[in-house]
Amino acid sequence: MALATQRVDVPVIVDESKCLEKCKACIEVCPLDVLVKNPETGKAYMKYDECWFCLPCEKECPTNAITVQIPFLLR
Amino acid sequence: MNTQHLQTDFLVIGGGTAGTMAGIKAKQANPDADVLILEKANIRRSGAIAMGMDGVNTAVIPGNSTPEQYVREITIANDGVLEQKNVYQTGRWGFEVIQELESWGVKFQKDHEGNYDLKQVHRVGKYVLPMPEGKDLKKILARQVKRHKVRVTNRVMATRVMVKDGRAIGAVGFDVRKGDFVVIQAKAVVLCTGACGRLGLPASGYLYGTYENPTNAGDGYSMAYHAGAELTNIECFQINPLIKDYNGPACAYVASPFGAYTANAEGNRFISCDYWSGQMMLETWKELNSGKGPVHLKMYHLDDDTISEIERVLWANERPSRERFHEGRGEDYRTDGVEMNISEIGLCSGHSASGVWVNDKAETTVPGLYAAGDMASVPHNYMIGAFVSGRLSGINAMDYVEGLEHVEPDPEFLATEKARIYAPLDRPDGVPHTQVEYKLRRYVNDYLQPPKSPTKMDIGLAAFERYHETLDLMGAQDPHELMRCMEVHFIRDCAEMAARASLYRKESRWGLYHYRLDYPEKNNEEWFCHANLKKSETGEMEMFKRPVSPYMVEVNLQQEVYDVAVR
Repeated sequence: MALATQRVDVPVIVDESKCLEKCKACIEVCPLDVLVKNPETGKAYMKYDECWFCLPCEKECPTNAITVQIPFLLR
Repeated sequence: MNTQHLQTDFLVIGGGTAGTMAGIKAKQANPDADVLILEKANIRRSGAIAMGMDGVNTAVIPGNSTPEQYVREITIANDGVLEQKNVYQTGRWGFEVIQELESWGVKFQKDHEGNYDLKQVHRVGKYVLPMPEGKDLKKILARQVKRHKVRVTNRVMATRVMVKDGRAIGAVGFDVRKGDFVVIQAKAVVLCTGACGRLGLPASGYLYGTYENPTNAGDGYSMAYHAGAELTNIECFQINPLIKDYNGPACAYVASPFGAYTANAEGNRFISCDYWSGQMMLETWKELNSGKGPVHLKMYHLDDDTISEIERVLWANERPSRERFHEGRGEDYRTDGVEMNISEIGLCSGHSASGVWVNDKAETTVPGLYAAGDMASVPHNYMIGAFVSGRLSGINAMDYVEGLEHVEPDPEFLATEKARIYAPLDRPDGVPHTQVEYKLRRYVNDYLQPPKSPTKMDIGLAAFERYHETLDLMGAQDPHELMRCMEVHFIRDCAEMAARASLYRKESRWGLYHYRLDYPEKNNEEWFCHANLKKSETGEMEMFKRPVSPYMVEVNLQQEVYDVAVR
């Protein structure tokens, strides 16, 4: 099979200046498990575009680093 | 690949509404027993009520209604085909559930005198109890799970129930982060994995823009089927009237007690009752196709304070991102109607009637295997019904496991299942799960979305059968993608069940849920029965009739026809 990488607009935006390296609150609560840490920076980001825009990640972030947008196709 | 071996007395698959309650009740029944909740997400925020719930839809509170009245209303709303004794349990135990939740800190709306402030949304009777502060429901349940010393394993997804000598002996699955193969021996198992919310494709085209939490991919429907359990009335689809594009509730259950209602483009009522039923959905479908659409939830005739009150509830609970959806489009309930549309199809007993066949003890037809919540066949059960069925499964399973020993799993079964699960990892450059899922669910829309046509359903069924070959092309690059791949397997099973069941029942029933163009009328003579299915000895999906048990609450269905059309 031949694969191509496509760019997509993802709903979860992380403000890296506020994201804490040792905190995993958003990653732990995401029902779809789409958030991970960038191993180089220690900051969280949305790795998989599989979002229910349900908001636990945003609500449970202790530093308000996360903004969840309605996914582009629904917005 | 590492293998983890676990043992427990009672395995709860799915830690949502029903699952957390099943675990808690099992421990209350026998504190010495070992109870394990297996959850593919994290029980703190998982399942249908991940962000709480804005109200109870099936509250039978003494002094307001009786279980018998409730059974009667649901019997009529569900066109008579149901097991009344199952529905009765929801009416019988719901009040105790509400009281227990209250003792744990869950708040329900009360009037100035401290009485439960019940609202009427159903055609007859007050069963809706608002929960304006219901947002932390799941966190409260997770805390009680811990207090009751129920063990929890998060981020492990079950793929099959293990069955030996005709009884459930555990389950297998894998760690969706580390990839470990997980084998769990249990003396009893309850499946409570929610709806099949990823069956049809949303009109937006976004795979996860579903009404149900998209983690609920029909896992339990598929696992019960492969375990040999019977499923019932799968043709009674879940179809909801939802905010167009957003695909979440508008939500008439919250807003209609304040005076809001569903209206056509002219602002006029076309249904007399906003309670979700197949007949209500059929009227909505007719209105949308009459030239008087689109339909909308109308609130703009209400005063500012009332609308603020409605917003306060809707912006905080269940689907709080509704607020930013409207904001992004510059919509305000004070001036704009909420444009609504008919959702894609799903399977969910909580809202309609399809599910794994259970009795009033939450037992499936496989000994040691229970089912609860949205996937168990108790019509119109909603959240309180999920709590009640979880409770029943926990208590009854504790009786069942008494004196039982663990059974060694069959090595051949384990090897076969392990090979099935991990196959996509051997094809990292295989077709991505997103594309495989998209096409499968588009077929579901093309061929199964009501109104149902026999030839279309035949074509769909053939496509779903052929889709086994497509599943074999799917590739995964990590355990996370593997989780999505195995969910596509669940969705395919549900699509085949939905097609076969819809072809089998040669009549129309439940309004739009099972509206057949070739048999547009209800046929009580031949089809006043359940349409059940199961995996035959030879591995074929077989359909058969099951009689409706004699009613415990008398209802004259000739006179009591569910009709909410405004003419």
